[in-house]
Amino acid sequence: MKHFAKLIQALDSTNKTNAKVKALTEYFETANDQDKVWTIAILSHRRPPRPVNTTLLREWATELANIPLWLFEESYHIVGDLAETIALIIPTQNKSSDKSLTTFLEDMILLKPKSEADKKAYLFSNWSKLNYYERFVFTKLITGGFRIGVSQKLMTRALSKATGIDEDILAYKLMGNWDPKTISFKQLILEENESDYLSKPYPFYLAYAVENKVSDLGIASDYLFEHKWDGIRGQIIIRKNEVYVWSRGEELVTDKYPEFQAYINQIPNGTVIDGEILPWIDGQIGTFNDLQTRIGRKTVSKRLLAKVPVMLKAYDLLEWENNDIRSLPFIERRKLLASLFDSVKTKNIPLQLSTVYNFDKWENATRERTKSRELKSEGLMIKRKDSSYQIGRKKGDWWKWKVAPLTIDAVLTYAMRGHGRRSNLFTDYTFGLWDNDHKELVTFAKAYSGLTDAEFRKVDAWIKKNTLERFGPVRSVTPELVFEIAFEGIALSKRHKSGVATRFPRILRWRMDKKIEEANSLEDLKELL
Amino acid sequence: MTTPLLIFNSEGIYCEQADVYLDPWRPVDKAIITHGHSDHSKWGHKSYITHHDNVPIIRHRLGEINVSGKNYNETFKVNGVTFSLHPAGHIIGSSQVRVEYKGEVWVFSGDYKVENDGISTPFEPIKCDAFITECTFGLPAFNWIPQQEVYSSINQWWSENKSEKKTSVLFGYSLGKAQRLLSALNPEIGKIYTHGAIENMTEVLRPIVEFPKTHLITRETTKQELLGNIVLAPPSAHGSPWIRKMVPYETGSASGWMAFRGARRRRAIDKGFVLSDHCDWNGLLTAIEATGASKIITTHGYTDTFSRYLREQGYNALTEKTQYEGELAELDANKEIENQKERTDNE
Repeated sequence: MKHFAKLIQALDSTNKTNAKVKALTEYFETANDQDKVWTIAILSHRRPPRPVNTTLLREWATELANIPLWLFEESYHIVGDLAETIALIIPTQNKSSDKSLTTFLEDMILLKPKSEADKKAYLFSNWSKLNYYERFVFTKLITGGFRIGVSQKLMTRALSKATGIDEDILAYKLMGNWDPKTISFKQLILEENESDYLSKPYPFYLAYAVENKVSDLGIASDYLFEHKWDGIRGQIIIRKNEVYVWSRGEELVTDKYPEFQAYINQIPNGTVIDGEILPWIDGQIGTFNDLQTRIGRKTVSKRLLAKVPVMLKAYDLLEWENNDIRSLPFIERRKLLASLFDSVKTKNIPLQLSTVYNFDKWENATRERTKSRELKSEGLMIKRKDSSYQIGRKKGDWWKWKVAPLTIDAVLTYAMRGHGRRSNLFTDYTFGLWDNDHKELVTFAKAYSGLTDAEFRKVDAWIKKNTLERFGPVRSVTPELVFEIAFEGIALSKRHKSGVATRFPRILRWRMDKKIEEANSLEDLKELL
Repeated sequence: MTTPLLIFNSEGIYCEQADVYLDPWRPVDKAIITHGHSDHSKWGHKSYITHHDNVPIIRHRLGEINVSGKNYNETFKVNGVTFSLHPAGHIIGSSQVRVEYKGEVWVFSGDYKVENDGISTPFEPIKCDAFITECTFGLPAFNWIPQQEVYSSINQWWSENKSEKKTSVLFGYSLGKAQRLLSALNPEIGKIYTHGAIENMTEVLRPIVEFPKTHLITRETTKQELLGNIVLAPPSAHGSPWIRKMVPYETGSASGWMAFRGARRRRAIDKGFVLSDHCDWNGLLTAIEATGASKIITTHGYTDTFSRYLREQGYNALTEKTQYEGELAELDANKEIENQKERTDNE
């Protein structure tokens, strides 16, 4: 644990990528094998389930620190991180623990089914035994992931440096369903084992956004174009009469989308398709809001399956006849995908082909892009015809060219403190639009991003001076500031007070030039429907 | 009900009976000043009274002003009200102000800390009926580690940077924190360089306290000679063109705010050292208890939270609005720019 806590401290105390890679490499070179497996698991979001809920954690930490619960909550809203708050308020002992990271995690797994009294005793004894930073890391292991600016890519780079194994091969090994409880470092990283690969997806290739003029990308005819569908990017694997569905977040979601079981016996074994999982309702693409009803569920009821069925819009073919074909040119992969689709299109399985277009001129691409909203796409994807299927977000061959977002001017009505590097700053905002003839502001969206650090500081200072009321962590503020809010889509919703749900709302800019009377109304918003 | 001995009006903390203000934020006739930080000692008062160690500090900052210096515990009367200054332990020359009239005693803390930093006269609790206290760090999340541990981690950080042939740049407020750091640095590791604002302020304080030798960074200073050494700079220098001279460098910041991981990341500092010239949670509580006061007025910091907690502990506690900022200047570098005098020499 000491070793791991030191690693986290090193990663957390620098903003420099090279320093992070160095710290991780040193760790992977020196830590014991099982601790390494757990470290990889934790840094790739595979921590064991939370053994104690946060309500109990708060109560017990408060008890140990001998302060009232409300004071803990106040502190938490200012610190902005639960584990950090707990580590800070508990009186520090100058002790340290020699138990390994693996032992701690194994203990936590065993703790989950135990009684509350046992859990409390376990936490009290460890909180009092660990020094400040170890206590923070220990509590973090219980509450959730470490957000310390270490991407999987960065970790893989360090692991590659420490083991001498190629980064791309490691990225592939680390994908999918492996269990840090049972797998050894040798099995996970060092050994070649074919049967492990049955359910393994390929790392997703992600596109960068077009920054300037689209014609800066070169010659239009070097690219294939297709719509950027607004669902969940997914990979469907058909191997040995089994189907596996992976989402882009590297989550195995097979059980959430039983529709794809229909691929068995229809699509040949040894096939991996990359595409977009989309709701398909009465012969039409549904909204992202429809899909949202499916995303949250582990298992799906018959009723929901009938109400919001899904299908895959296929973008790409990554494996064909048991061969990894990612290095083939995109245009060749698309030909294989098209012939696969032709062979199954009469079979009534939930598979569609995402149409690709050839454009000689950028103007034609621009024209196609204007149809996006009507077609329920987010814009166009621009993919070089000769591009291989690469790993992660790489610049050069694939570009996303989204349509300009919808925008509306709204009034800041409520604010909450942020988390992480925004702790202690009011950065989480709620916005309202006018209703009832400009007499009342109705909440329509929350947004957390889009301002610069300097702007956030200014708004934060303003909020502190213009607070009307406090509701726990939330403050209502004098309606005075107007912001332009951008969002990707809009749909009617019964769950929202405004009657409208917006997709991915964020702050586009602070309209210092506008008075609140000039902000938009709910009617204006509904006109965008 | 009679008027309280001290009230809070638009100019500052006011003693009506004596017609005297404590740390006023607008120009007044007679001001008693607790210490030299810019949110407590403003320009434009007709006369200033302060501890004599603070006289050269505010003269340096405010120019030629009409100021009289007092010793700690020395009493003086204005219109029948007895005043005296008592050590606050915040920075060199910092005081609490004791105000007594017809047997009633009020104390205004100014800014203070209970830990003895070795360069300012240590804080002494003063018995009183009403205590006006800051609470910059009035949350149980703030628990300072002993300063010797912080000092050794600063020196260790410097040594490590030196072994990697990098310059260490350490940020701290130019009055108070910088001198405390200076007294904590181990000159055996290397040379100590200073930003002009810090060099000038330190020069002012050298007659009062002995500090290690410092080297002012000038136009002639080269990158090469800085390598492996340490540079003390005010927080406003972070991200300025001035700092490019230090490349390759590592940055560190010494402030109470560094207790929060988010604060360090927000300011993009490589290393945070938790070191404050204010009280932590327990420091505030023990100091308040030691005054024996039943009435507590909180002025700046987490005032609402802190006074609610005090009320639950049986104190008659309330909050008054002031314009003091506590250690905010170190959290938000731009604040220090307001202090014109400090940013001169190095451009």
